[in-house]
Amino acid sequence: MSAAHDETAHHGHDDHGAAGHGSMRDYVIGFVLSVILTAIPFWLVMGDVIADKSLAAIIIVAFAAVQVVVHMVYFLHMNSKSEGGWTMMALLFTIMVVVICLAGVLWVMFHLATNMMPIHDMSNMGMG
Amino acid sequence: MTSEPQAWSPIFGRLSLESLPLHEPIVVATFCAVVLGGIGLVGALTYFRLWGYLWKEWFTTVDHKKIGIMYMILGLIMFVRGFADAIMMRLQQVMAFNGSEGYLNAHHYDQVFTAHGVIMIFFVAMPFVTGLMNYIVPLQIGARDVSFPFLNNFSFWMTTSGAVLVMVSLFIGEFAQTGWLAYPPLSGLTHSPGVGVDYYIWALQIAGVGTTLSGINLIVTIVKMRAPGMTMMKMPVFTWTSLCTNVLIVASFPVLTAVLALLSLDRYVGTNFFTNDFGGSPMMYVNLIWIWGHPEVYILILPLFGVFSEITSTFSGKRLFGYTSMVYATVCITVLSYLVWLHHFFTMGSGASVNSFFGITTMIISIPTGAKLFNWLFTMYRGRIRYELPMMWTVAFMLTFVVGGMTGVMLAVPPADFVLHNSLFLIAHFHNVIIGGVVFGVFAAINYWWPKAFGYKLNVFWGKVSFWFWVVGFWFAFMPLYVLGFMGVTRRMRVFDDPSLQILFGIAAFGAVLIACGIAAMFVQFGVSIMNRDKLRDETGDPWNGRTLEWATSSPPPDYNFAFTPVVHGLDAWEEMKRRDVPRPTSGFRAIHMPSSTWAGIVIAGIATVCGFALIWHIWWLAALSFLGVIGTSIVHTFNYKRDFHIPVEEVVATEAERTRQLEAAGGAA
Repeated sequence: MSAAHDETAHHGHDDHGAAGHGSMRDYVIGFVLSVILTAIPFWLVMGDVIADKSLAAIIIVAFAAVQVVVHMVYFLHMNSKSEGGWTMMALLFTIMVVVICLAGVLWVMFHLATNMMPIHDMSNMGMG
Repeated sequence: MTSEPQAWSPIFGRLSLESLPLHEPIVVATFCAVVLGGIGLVGALTYFRLWGYLWKEWFTTVDHKKIGIMYMILGLIMFVRGFADAIMMRLQQVMAFNGSEGYLNAHHYDQVFTAHGVIMIFFVAMPFVTGLMNYIVPLQIGARDVSFPFLNNFSFWMTTSGAVLVMVSLFIGEFAQTGWLAYPPLSGLTHSPGVGVDYYIWALQIAGVGTTLSGINLIVTIVKMRAPGMTMMKMPVFTWTSLCTNVLIVASFPVLTAVLALLSLDRYVGTNFFTNDFGGSPMMYVNLIWIWGHPEVYILILPLFGVFSEITSTFSGKRLFGYTSMVYATVCITVLSYLVWLHHFFTMGSGASVNSFFGITTMIISIPTGAKLFNWLFTMYRGRIRYELPMMWTVAFMLTFVVGGMTGVMLAVPPADFVLHNSLFLIAHFHNVIIGGVVFGVFAAINYWWPKAFGYKLNVFWGKVSFWFWVVGFWFAFMPLYVLGFMGVTRRMRVFDDPSLQILFGIAAFGAVLIACGIAAMFVQFGVSIMNRDKLRDETGDPWNGRTLEWATSSPPPDYNFAFTPVVHGLDAWEEMKRRDVPRPTSGFRAIHMPSSTWAGIVIAGIATVCGFALIWHIWWLAALSFLGVIGTSIVHTFNYKRDFHIPVEEVVATEAERTRQLEAAGGAA
């Protein structure tokens, strides 16, 4: 029984340290970072800062990606140690599946559009 | 006919007396039989006063063992329905030659093949697989239950709710006539204005909630509730394959949910995701649904690979050959199953580069599967093999599945696929792997774990009758389809022009009749075994000389599974305990903390069924009301604080003393 007790105690400690609720400091840092990362894209759009629209879009997407990481680290308390590494493993698997699916769908559907759309340049058919 | 635009009333929506398929004599006869059977069943349950027992002990239970058994019963019932569809198709196809139209009209026949596919995958194979995992996994890892017992009950009832909607479609309205994946534009509003596709959508959406939640439940159970000492690489192989399966479920079912949600938006609010016009792309549906669909194939087969591993090692009396490679093969398959989905639509026209990539990944995924097969063969090599029923099914699986796997690799070659796509060759291939793999596996598992679940073995004679009818019937039923596929016969045909094909359909129909005998023999086997249960009784809890923890407890296991959580030191924990003569603890018991039964699962799922029905028939007030009912009931359930109880220590002591007596009696007899 004592072995089992140690086990739970250890887990309990783990949960509080890494996977449980973060400290006030963490939440404040996360919140401030989120606000900054949200405000900059707004400013870019509202103030018409960048003339090139597609460059602006890319920058905004980049800010969004960083924002995702900030949320995961400060609000979801993601790190390599919590739950014995299972949260990190789940994250990596999720990222892998999402990347495979998105990249695959884009690849497949763009090729389909190139080859099969009714109105297209016949020279693109590619006989080789 | 329901395919014309219908009148809509604010109270009944699209539902009217004309929705009843009274013009179909076959359906009417079936309906009468079901009503009479239903009245008989309800009467019997009332007469024998079983309602209270069923409600208290089964419907509201949160015990993973009982829920597992209920999943298996659901699978069996739906299996009979799905097989009835199959035999109707075989009969139609063998009749419809030389100008004969057969006995099914197109509207009915198209529903039959759609229902067959949907039922067999979603309401037969999935409940079987989930049921097995539910029953076995907690026992194998030495746990008392799954992580979220109430969620488990709720998941089961949501799955049942989907099955109920499919069954209702038989008698009220119609089912989809689109094939089992309901490709648009055929499944769009223009071409399927009736309720069939809506039945399809809502049955799968509701059942999908159950499947996803049970996936989460089992992942958490396996990750968090293993017995002390059972590290990941000491987990039984069945538990490993269950873990990978549930990871696949959780990662892929949301895709199905999203695709069906988009399709329902097209049908309900006039969006154009998958229409031909206004920028919609039907091929996007095909693409997305197979991102779910291919992992689904492995969701079905992986747990059965685990079953075969357990059985092979038990009945060869050896530890599994290449445990580590088995685990890695399983994980490889899990990841690779996300990289092959396009092989289901090579002919779509994505071009050579895309097709060759997916052709090659498809061939690669057959490598870990092949590795598994060699592992099983090497486990048998120089083993002391006992050809009990589970082992017979396993050997039949190996022979059958290899053929199906090879025809699969043939289909993975894009140029070959251009010829064989949508032909009966494909039908023969996937029945070859699904029957040869999943169905044989489920039967192996039923024969293997039945003694664990009920405390007595299954009758061997009728088991063998069933086995031989099934295996021979399978080859008769599907080999002609390979030939027909090569001859260019496409799937889902209702009538044929070429009279020379009839003989092959005749052979296939004969095979289906043999399979019907196999199914009948299986039910006889169950019946005979139940009647002779005292003769077949197993007191030891370990009738096969098993190797994993589920055999360490009594058969059937007590509610709490294990009085003390076992401590694991190596792979095949129970075999090791037997070898080292680890004594069974007989004192020092404590009260055991258990979850309480709850009405919430069946009630919420019941209201969800009503909600689905209302959405199908556009009965908006009822849909809104029942949706609020689902939310409201869930909230009410959160105020239920009587979630758990303790099995008093006296009861534990009494149960364990009974077990001691049982073991002594069994030991004395031996």
